[in-house]
Amino acid sequence: MLKQKPDKFGLFDTTGFDHSVLEDPNSAHLVVHHNKVLGAHLVPGLHVDVEEMEDGINAKLVLDEGITIENPVHICFGMLPEKGIQKIVMDVDIKKDSGIMIYAHCTFPFAVDVQHIMDAKIHVGENAKYTYFERHIHGKQGGVKVYPKAIVHLDKRANFKTEFELIKGRVGLIDIDYETICRDESVMEMTARINGSGDDIIKIKEVGSLEGEGSRGVLTSRVAVRGNARADVYNKLTATAAYARGHVDCKEIIQDNGIATAIPIVEVRHPKAHITHEAAIGSVDSKELETLMARGLNEDEAVELIIEGLLS
Amino acid sequence: MKVNTMGILELKNLSLEFEDKKILNNLNLDFREGHIHAIVGPNGAGKSTLAYTIMGLSDYRDISGEIFFKDESIHNIDIDERARKGITLAWQEPARFEGLSTKKFLKAAAKDKSEENLRNALLSVGLSPDNYIDRAVDKTLSGGERKRIELASIYIMEPELVLLDEPDSGIDVAALEKIFEMIKVLKKRKTTVILITHSLTVLEQAEYAFLMCNGKIVDKGSVNKIAGYFRKKCVLCDHKNKPEPDVFEME
Ligand SMILES: Nc1ncnc2c1ncn2[C@@H]1O[C@H](COP(=O)(O)OP(=O)(O)OP(=O)(O)O)[C@@H](O)[C@H]1O
Ligand SMILES: [Mg+2]
Repeated sequence: MLKQKPDKFGLFDTTGFDHSVLEDPNSAHLVVHHNKVLGAHLVPGLHVDVEEMEDGINAKLVLDEGITIENPVHICFGMLPEKGIQKIVMDVDIKKDSGIMIYAHCTFPFAVDVQHIMDAKIHVGENAKYTYFERHIHGKQGGVKVYPKAIVHLDKRANFKTEFELIKGRVGLIDIDYETICRDESVMEMTARINGSGDDIIKIKEVGSLEGEGSRGVLTSRVAVRGNARADVYNKLTATAAYARGHVDCKEIIQDNGIATAIPIVEVRHPKAHITHEAAIGSVDSKELETLMARGLNEDEAVELIIEGLLS
Repeated sequence: MKVNTMGILELKNLSLEFEDKKILNNLNLDFREGHIHAIVGPNGAGKSTLAYTIMGLSDYRDISGEIFFKDESIHNIDIDERARKGITLAWQEPARFEGLSTKKFLKAAAKDKSEENLRNALLSVGLSPDNYIDRAVDKTLSGGERKRIELASIYIMEPELVLLDEPDSGIDVAALEKIFEMIKVLKKRKTTVILITHSLTVLEQAEYAFLMCNGKIVDKGSVNKIAGYFRKKCVLCDHKNKPEPDVFEME
């Protein structure tokens, strides 16, 4: 379908995000189409080495000690052709006392049979802060299979926050597998928001180990399944040190013939640790629904608005 | 077909039972167009139940008797259709919507969806638009803030008849003044207002009042007359058919 290599704007424009961020000399970016780097710009203290492979890239991202990057870094992964595999292997090292926020835009607007595989190894150094927002933009066909896998190690007082969002276009298949290990006083927040319809399949596995004293973690999942979509959410949070605090929070709304399951596992192996969990699976709350209907919205409009809020 | 009434809303022999217990017991009531009414009565009297029944909430549809709105029976029509006819309800305890912004919540209700109008609605309940318009109407708001946003959504909907279930609960003194002003604006717009309350100051906003007890209207008339029961406690009602303790526990 695509005759020539897209320029970086061509790919980035399909994300719906303002591409002026790619022209800003003070904002770093990396745009990767299939296995080719279309554009890259770095700022002082940030190093990215990319090796182009047959079906993707191998990237090493290092942020120097003591460096805080002011502007968010924009990374764009994706493919415009209808078919193919994109495999991203990432090794991220955020050194001590540094800070960075990454917006990852993953776009597969025309996919009919595309696989996007992400394999990330992330280390966040002592007192460093790493924030990673991954937003997926898929087409209407549901022809994408996405396999994001990450293993994250947090040193003392490190802060890691990640949000995965797939609410535009069809999911296809998504199979998230994230694990975070937390040392003393580190803080971890992992959130996934996914909107499934058609025959989409959503699998979320988030595991957190609060191994350090005073470490804290929250696992949050927000999922809507409509049509014949199915979602299986597995959250496991373990606390093995004093004053570790955690919370698992899963909400799944189902409509039509959707199916949702939630398996929260909470394991505490220290008398001074504490973890809570809440899960709500099923139709929309009747009071919320009736409030909006009492303002004149019909049932479908009301459900739509409630789901939009939940996934926002 | 019902003909010729002065009332915008009329209840005829309205009863509702839950588990063989009459929660609403043969009510006959008229509400006059463009006026402010108050319903008072003890906990468990059936005031909220009456409001839910008029609104047509899903657990409150199995009634006997009739509800006429503008001379038309609304017994068999759904809640959203009742709303589109001009009836709305502000809950005693409003729902919370995870992630939904105040702006979107108000917009959903608004007749005039302009930004200016959304901001005015917040001002009408004494909330600063800059501080609230982008906040979610969820558990991050205090009970009183959530209640005021609920009232703002009523204001902006421009309904013909509104049921306000305990509009003062959780509201501070200064904000209560704002809400009374808002009720006056509703009256100016010729909205029919039904206030459900335990508070004398709220009751005093009304023009007509009803005293409800154990699912029945036991007295009605001027606000002054009904206010008398507040001072002397309820005297007409002997609480003979007081709900059983287990019914209370279900609440
Ligand atoms: N869904 C229900 N199932 C069974 N009983 C109910 C139900 N809803 C309300 N009731 C009962 O009906 C009675 C009236 O309740 P309602 O909430 O209408 O009282 P109220 O007058 O609004 O009281 P309050 O002043 O406490 O708000 C109570 O005894 C209550 O327990
Ligand atoms: Mg009540």
